[in-house]
Amino acid sequence: MTHSAEQGKKRTLRQTLLIVLGMFGFVFALVPLYSVLCDVTGLNGKTRNQPERVVYTEPDLSRTITVEFLANVNESMPWDFHPAVTRMKVHPGQVRKTSFYARNLSSDTMVGQAVPSVAPGLAALHFRKTECFCFTEQRFAPGEWRDMPLVFMVDKDLPEDITTLTLAYTFFDKQILVD
Amino acid sequence: MSTATTHDAHNEEHPSGLMRWVTTTNHKDIGTLYLLFALMMFIVGGAMAMIIRAELFEPGLQFVEPQFFNSMTTMHALVMIFGAVMPAFVGLANWLIPMMIGAPDMALPRMNNWSFWILPFAFAILLSTLFMEGGAPAGGWTMYPPLVLQTGNAFPFLIFSVHLMGISSIMGAINVIVTIVNMRAPGMTMMKMPLFVWTWLITAYLLIATMPVLAGAVTMLLTDRFFDTSFFNAAGGGDPVMFQHIFWFFGHPEVYILILPAFGIVSQIVPTFARKPLFGYSSMVYATASIAFLSFIVWAHHMFTVGMPLTGELFFMYATMLIAVPTGVKVFNWVSTMWRGAMTFETPMLFALGFVVMFTIGGFSGLMLAMAPVDFQYHDTYFVVAHFHYVLVTGAVFAIMGASYYWMPKWTGHMYDERLGKLHFWLSTISVNVLFFPQHFLGLAGMPRRIPDYSVQFAGFNEISSIGGFAFGLTQLLYVYIVFKTIKGGAKATDQVWEGAHGLEWTLPSPPPYHSFSTAPEVK
Repeated sequence: MTHSAEQGKKRTLRQTLLIVLGMFGFVFALVPLYSVLCDVTGLNGKTRNQPERVVYTEPDLSRTITVEFLANVNESMPWDFHPAVTRMKVHPGQVRKTSFYARNLSSDTMVGQAVPSVAPGLAALHFRKTECFCFTEQRFAPGEWRDMPLVFMVDKDLPEDITTLTLAYTFFDKQILVD
Repeated sequence: MSTATTHDAHNEEHPSGLMRWVTTTNHKDIGTLYLLFALMMFIVGGAMAMIIRAELFEPGLQFVEPQFFNSMTTMHALVMIFGAVMPAFVGLANWLIPMMIGAPDMALPRMNNWSFWILPFAFAILLSTLFMEGGAPAGGWTMYPPLVLQTGNAFPFLIFSVHLMGISSIMGAINVIVTIVNMRAPGMTMMKMPLFVWTWLITAYLLIATMPVLAGAVTMLLTDRFFDTSFFNAAGGGDPVMFQHIFWFFGHPEVYILILPAFGIVSQIVPTFARKPLFGYSSMVYATASIAFLSFIVWAHHMFTVGMPLTGELFFMYATMLIAVPTGVKVFNWVSTMWRGAMTFETPMLFALGFVVMFTIGGFSGLMLAMAPVDFQYHDTYFVVAHFHYVLVTGAVFAIMGASYYWMPKWTGHMYDERLGKLHFWLSTISVNVLFFPQHFLGLAGMPRRIPDYSVQFAGFNEISSIGGFAFGLTQLLYVYIVFKTIKGGAKATDQVWEGAHGLEWTLPSPPPYHSFSTAPEVK
């Protein structure tokens, strides 16, 4: 084997290793990229997790949207959690208020975080919340219960073909994540 | 094979017995090890498939617990993909690429030894999970969270074995690239390379680009489970759907990793037995390269139902259908090669013809699945199972078997038993269609995949499918017998072996010397 052939092998080896390392890094770069993409497009049904400012205008009375509410608790979370009403008829542009009931059934103080998800996913960015218990973590003493408010508006840009929206909350045990 | 190999002038000090195989850096030895390992895993994975088909023989739960059934489907997939098909292709690459391009050995022999010897450990780890508390992984080979995170003690073993398989594949692929780029004989320009070498070069690039992606994805699963990260955990701001995107960004190129070398094999076999040069050589090269490129931009067709904007569905649908174009180029080129050829039908040719016909059936059902609106009905049904078994069993596995019949006389110096080879082909072809064709109907009727029990209306087709499965399984024992019979003896093979065979490997004696092409041949 000549000298230059050995160098050629080394060069190709370096190049291929670089591709391997680059792709391994790329996977982890995908994580923030994916978040940004979903924030911009609302692809995965994630709503914004801060209060939104909405401009109050005349509601669009020609359309009626059914908004359904679901409440789940993550496994191993001993909480009772359900919506005050399971469905509401709303007009786009109308600001509405509802609440969710939660009770800590355990004998420990627990901190929960509700994570919202909207289906169909493409409606997520048109579901605007001005007040939500999901924006902050919720601390519950043993046995404590409360009604937590949600103020929202479905905006007028909601695609025409969507007539039903489902908003699902899942309560997760924040403590597990912190410990 | 090895026993028949005579040491030539380069006779070095070799350890004998077991240590010879453990320490070997010879491409032929390592190729043999890979191929025998793949055969062993094919039997192991096949045994799992037999359990699956036995349980599905009739409705109701007969033999195994549902949890164990799910372990079987998961392990069957992992063992067959990473243990049987991929190592078989790497074994073929090891044996053939140096002989085809006129090189003395692979470029990085020490790494070659490592990349093989990692595999038995990876699979020992994976198979050991069968005996663990909580059972073997049962969440499907795609390892979707959050389900896979509920795996018992087997979970870290699953992740580490996938890591090891990935490292092994990456090392094998790097070796292939370095060898092909740097060690071609004088005159062997890129566009003179045999098609098997070309398809493997492209496959190797797919491997080094996607195996790190899989490694990263399973690493995230590992840290989500044990180190409180939230890559896929909604509570911490993650998203389980992101795993599906990352997984299929690896997974779709992976399915081409499993089929491109098969295209190469068929492109070697068909011209030999049609006694004509391959029709459209350069279009074959470009078609392979375009399939490889397209494989990176179609991943979301595996997940049409997760919820995607219409433009996304349309993009992935059209991009997927576009793959039919270069694939069609290949199929038509094979047919054109046969056109007016002086064809004979020895066993390798039968397998190649079976490949062309049945892989195309799998390709067509793939086109049906590519249509986003109908995919909503077919998704996760037996239609998908039928589709990918047509492209993987009658596609990849048939090509590997054809390759083994085609080159075994070269490797061992012995002709295989032609009568038994043909018997093996026909039994396999009939039984594999009895096995998988009814699954199309099951899927269209709505039978979901990955379930141990089913509604009684599916009983008839499942019974037929299981009978085909048992017949196919038994037939492969005949294959094992043929392989070992050929290794031990048989009619002496000539150097060229096949009348119509062309290429550097056929200029070497059968079996080839331990070190071939120590002085590079001149390619005109």
